[in-house]
Amino acid sequence: MTTLPTSTEKKLGLVIDLDTCVGCHACVVSCKGWNTENYGAPLSDQDPYGAAPKGTFLNRVHSYEVQPENGSAAQLIHFPKSCLHCEDAPCVTVCPTGASYKRVEDGIVLVNESDCIGCGLCAWACPYGAREMDQAEGVMKKCTLCVDRIYNENLPEEDRQPACVRTCPAGARHFGDLGDPDSDVSKLVAERGGMDLMPEQGTKPVNKYLPPRPKDKIEEIDILAPFLAPVAEEPKGFLGWLDKTLERL
Amino acid sequence: MHPARSIILFTSLSGLGFGLLAWLGIDGDAPTGWVGFIFFAIAYALACGGLMASTFHLGHPERAIKAFSQWRSSWLSREGVAAVATLVVMGVYAFFLVFFGLQISILGWIGAALAIVTVYTTSMIYAQLKTVPRWNTPLTSALFICLALAGGALLSGRVLFAINLLVIAAIIQVIWWQQGDTRFSESGTTLASATGLGSIGKVRAFEPPHTGTNYLMDEFMHVVGRKHAQKLRAIALVLMIGLPILFLLLPFAHLFALLAVVSHLAGVFVSRWLFFAEAEHVVGLYYGKR
Repeated sequence: MTTLPTSTEKKLGLVIDLDTCVGCHACVVSCKGWNTENYGAPLSDQDPYGAAPKGTFLNRVHSYEVQPENGSAAQLIHFPKSCLHCEDAPCVTVCPTGASYKRVEDGIVLVNESDCIGCGLCAWACPYGAREMDQAEGVMKKCTLCVDRIYNENLPEEDRQPACVRTCPAGARHFGDLGDPDSDVSKLVAERGGMDLMPEQGTKPVNKYLPPRPKDKIEEIDILAPFLAPVAEEPKGFLGWLDKTLERL
Repeated sequence: MHPARSIILFTSLSGLGFGLLAWLGIDGDAPTGWVGFIFFAIAYALACGGLMASTFHLGHPERAIKAFSQWRSSWLSREGVAAVATLVVMGVYAFFLVFFGLQISILGWIGAALAIVTVYTTSMIYAQLKTVPRWNTPLTSALFICLALAGGALLSGRVLFAINLLVIAAIIQVIWWQQGDTRFSESGTTLASATGLGSIGKVRAFEPPHTGTNYLMDEFMHVVGRKHAQKLRAIALVLMIGLPILFLLLPFAHLFALLAVVSHLAGVFVSRWLFFAEAEHVVGLYYGKR
């Protein structure tokens, strides 16, 4: 049913640390790998080795340059973006077939691919570009929060988290229940001032982004400098004579 | 937005078809027999042709029947339900008119109301989207309904109604274009709010996620053709409104009526092409494009 649940028991989601992300795209690759080999239709590529490669991805890393107002050095921020599993998900309510739904038990937004007619309206309704129509399969693909990993008892416990979180070498991605104020992710969000993307769109995203920490000001703290003071202020000897001669000319 | 041919055909043709059905429904002296058959055949060909065209862009048209299930929340689903209801009610109305010369007025009025509701639901598929500020206004519905009624009046030969509705449609269209040009910046969604990085300073897209294109860029970031938007707007107005009014004001001849309809439909196609081509989706911000 594409009407949204009034509340969900848990709000599972991701917290992405923009201060820590190094932009290596490992999460993109692991996401594509896991979601091609497991749940639902594989994430296809079109012309992958040709002149104009194109394909379906559930997670993409953008990079932005930010020029601070106070004139200090510009920052480069790597920005992974996937489904934010919104509480007020506009992609779900527009679905005509009931293929899109938000789970009551954990708040994950999913697509039942056997009901999807591939009309694309959910992708139109999403402000974040989180949904992509698979060009080979003709159905809408989106982040499942690795629903086939997080509850999968066949996997070792440390692997029961989304592939992107498990693979991140920088520890920039965190997974947990954002509905529980005492969870690690909720504490992290509170401590670091986690933010919503496009709050004005009214989607109430569950995923949060931790803003980059303010950069330190580089001040002169060279402890060896006093010991390396220039020995001769004025040139003497031959150089002194040359200096004076050239000065006179 | 990518101006998909199937959706332009769908909104233009079915709008005209349902507009004609609305006029046939409230006609106090509706055509019967062969004349009635031809009128209803045209209306059904347009309405159904448009609906058929809309299925061409689906990934899985064979599952289209499922789209009737979510009318509680989805305007697209409501559109399907309303369209089928209109076609069924007007089908019964037409059957008695064509074969028995019997007009069941109440059915006609219900069918006409349903036809207008159908055009309204079509418009709401677009007008509901906050992600496309240009469409996200009640004026979108007003424009769709007014054009459907004007086209229907034109097709059913109601000269006075047609002229008046065409003038009103032109006014709504011009206001819709003018307001649309500033709606994106008025929506408050910017690269700063999209990334949340605006509090640090000025944000610029530095590097896209991939060197190639993707579904999102093909579907939502259509910049070709915006260059000629002003010329195309003028062409749309002339074809959709100006020429049809001119043909209607000339002494009546079937050729002029036909030219008025053809010109109007061509104008609606241009207007609908612009409707999509000029629309900017907020996701473009993430790619530093609009």
